[in-house]
Amino acid sequence: MDRIYLDYNATTPLHPQVLESMLPYMQGIYGNPSSIHRFGQEAKRGIEEAREKAARLISASPQEIVFTGGGTEADNLAIKGVAYLNREKGRHIITSSIEHYAVLNTCQHLEKEGFRVTYVPVDHFGRVDPEEVKRAITKETILITIMHSNNEVGTIQPVEEIGEIARAFGILFHTDAVQSIGKVPVDVNALGVDLLSMSAHKIYGPKGVGALFIRKGVKVEPLAHGGHHEMNRRAGTENVSGIVGLGKAAEMALSSLHEKQAAVRSLRDYFWERIEEGIPYVHLNGHPVKRLPNTLHVSFEFVGGEPLLINLDLSGIAASGGSACTSGALEASHVLVAMGIPEPVGQGSIRFSLGRETTPEAIDRAVEVLTEAVNRLRSMSPLFADRKRGYNG
Amino acid sequence: MKKVLVAMSGGVDSSVAACLLKEEAFDVIGATMRIWKEGEGDQNLYGCCGVADVEDARRVAQQLGIPFYVFNLEEEFEREVIQYFCEEYARGRTPNPCIVCNEKVKFGSLLRKARELGADYLSTGHYARIEFDETAKRYVLKKGMDRRKDQSYVLFSLSQEQLSHSLFPLGGYRKEEVRRMALQLGLRVHDKPESQEVCFIHDTSYHPFLQERLRGAIAPGPIIDRKGAVLGRHKGIPFYTIGQRRGLRLARGKPLYVIGIDREKNAVMVGEENEVYGETFFVESVNWISSERISSSIPAWVKIRYNHPGGEATLFPEAEGTVKAQFGSPHKAITPGQAAVFYDGEIVLGGGWIKEVVKNN
Repeated sequence: MDRIYLDYNATTPLHPQVLESMLPYMQGIYGNPSSIHRFGQEAKRGIEEAREKAARLISASPQEIVFTGGGTEADNLAIKGVAYLNREKGRHIITSSIEHYAVLNTCQHLEKEGFRVTYVPVDHFGRVDPEEVKRAITKETILITIMHSNNEVGTIQPVEEIGEIARAFGILFHTDAVQSIGKVPVDVNALGVDLLSMSAHKIYGPKGVGALFIRKGVKVEPLAHGGHHEMNRRAGTENVSGIVGLGKAAEMALSSLHEKQAAVRSLRDYFWERIEEGIPYVHLNGHPVKRLPNTLHVSFEFVGGEPLLINLDLSGIAASGGSACTSGALEASHVLVAMGIPEPVGQGSIRFSLGRETTPEAIDRAVEVLTEAVNRLRSMSPLFADRKRGYNG
Repeated sequence: MKKVLVAMSGGVDSSVAACLLKEEAFDVIGATMRIWKEGEGDQNLYGCCGVADVEDARRVAQQLGIPFYVFNLEEEFEREVIQYFCEEYARGRTPNPCIVCNEKVKFGSLLRKARELGADYLSTGHYARIEFDETAKRYVLKKGMDRRKDQSYVLFSLSQEQLSHSLFPLGGYRKEEVRRMALQLGLRVHDKPESQEVCFIHDTSYHPFLQERLRGAIAPGPIIDRKGAVLGRHKGIPFYTIGQRRGLRLARGKPLYVIGIDREKNAVMVGEENEVYGETFFVESVNWISSERISSSIPAWVKIRYNHPGGEATLFPEAEGTVKAQFGSPHKAITPGQAAVFYDGEIVLGGGWIKEVVKNN
């Protein structure tokens, strides 16, 4: 059975050129980047080249990039790092109700440590209102953290406007851009952010490596203490090959971002058209325009999301119920709840996310399998039978 | 190719069941039911038959090369099994949650999920057999070939519809053979311990669980003898079962046993050992699984709890799905709330729930 991967927001395959760039650092170049000798110098060079490439992708300077063990660690370092260093100035943090768990649970952890957190709401499209952020600001506010785009429904947030507000009030601003990097242009200066998280494996790089942009002059309390790595901001011998892979992936993302994303967007829109014309009682979630070009989040009424996903998987179609990190949970997605999507509709939701290997044939096949699966499940649903008979209560 | 969903607990039996089906060229899907909130009971060693260690089950599925999914059936399990379990104890009866779980959750909710995935069957590692009787046009439930491991008792309440979509691949095997197969396959669970414990109770005793669940509904009361004389105090009727001797805290010359529970009076009745025995009892909500319901008395071999060897009895039809059962000789601790299952040789005729014992004096 040919398998079709439509879950690029969960992770992406390693690009062959990225793999190629990493291999020397897993074989011959094994020195410790902190060592004085040339073995170490070679490794160090790989890291610094990667730092330049990662910086270039977001229009930052290399000194502003700290490599981490992934997006989640970058979020933790940004949020806890700012909170711990500024706890004497104030103990209030503003975030949104639709953040990734890497941000949400970090904030909840800080609440247990005596910080106060405001979770601003979103509208029906999953968008934060910058005015809400502004209203939430108090004299105690030390950090605003709002994601660049939502990983489940793909809605892009008004980060620029929030950046202006943060700047006007002199409050540090972090954005989790893990899902946006490589899909839409991200420029730390245009956005006015002080901290920004990214991850390699969402952009055809390796897993287990990410980076945090920390604007020059901004200080964070390190989470891991040890040697003087990463300018004293993240101790531990560097994951050299992973960092090199991140750099290569960042370079490739920058070189052909626009053309690739235009192609993915038109495939994504074609996918939705086919679903809409072939399957009744479906809803598109997320913002119709301000949305990641590869993300298609759909609710199928009278269908359970879990059986639908498994049906798709058994037919070789890989998609997701929301964030990959919440699969297995029975609760409705906190993102859909925050968007005010009624639970019976929300629980039959699937996120399809497309990528560079997605073909029109794959979409056609996915539509075919999806239609069959939805029909099968609806044929077993008493609620659907009622609807067909015309009952509405 | 016929598609089957195997309920995998991570234990030896369901693992080998999945393997046998794969060898028989079924299209096999592995699944584990999660009956607890994530992280709460995943590492439970003591699964009765389908609820246990998600990670062990996942590992076995990986070894077999079959797709594997975890289904969250927390709500169904709470509603159908745990509530029943607590209510029965509150009524002074002794429940069997495994049977209810099989009927309502495993061969209920999980079977529905299997059908939603386009599977023709749900399979478990139970030691029992299903055959189709061409003349009667019925599915017949039979004992497992390994008589010591036979689990047909906990399956008596399944319907014809449920049986028609169920497969028990271990029905023809002995436990030792199953263990050997697990070892040969290199399944890391081959020597996993077995248990008949109640799968959702992690303590050695179910008392704290009931104490927590039933709170206000538990009240201490009198321990009385058959004539009504008060001999002591009990801690609440849910903590007593017929035939129980320990924990009565009665200083008497002869050992005393629980011989009855009177919910109306909130009393526990005790007597001497011979009074624990009974012969005649009523069985309600009878399911005639492999045969038509009876219209006149028939002989049968009757088991009154999971580990009971059974005894010869006569069954008399009563009104509305009730049967009167009469053993040929006295049996110990015929307990309301437990299931009575009727056999004709290796065939399960049917069974029901013990309602009350007829006192013989």
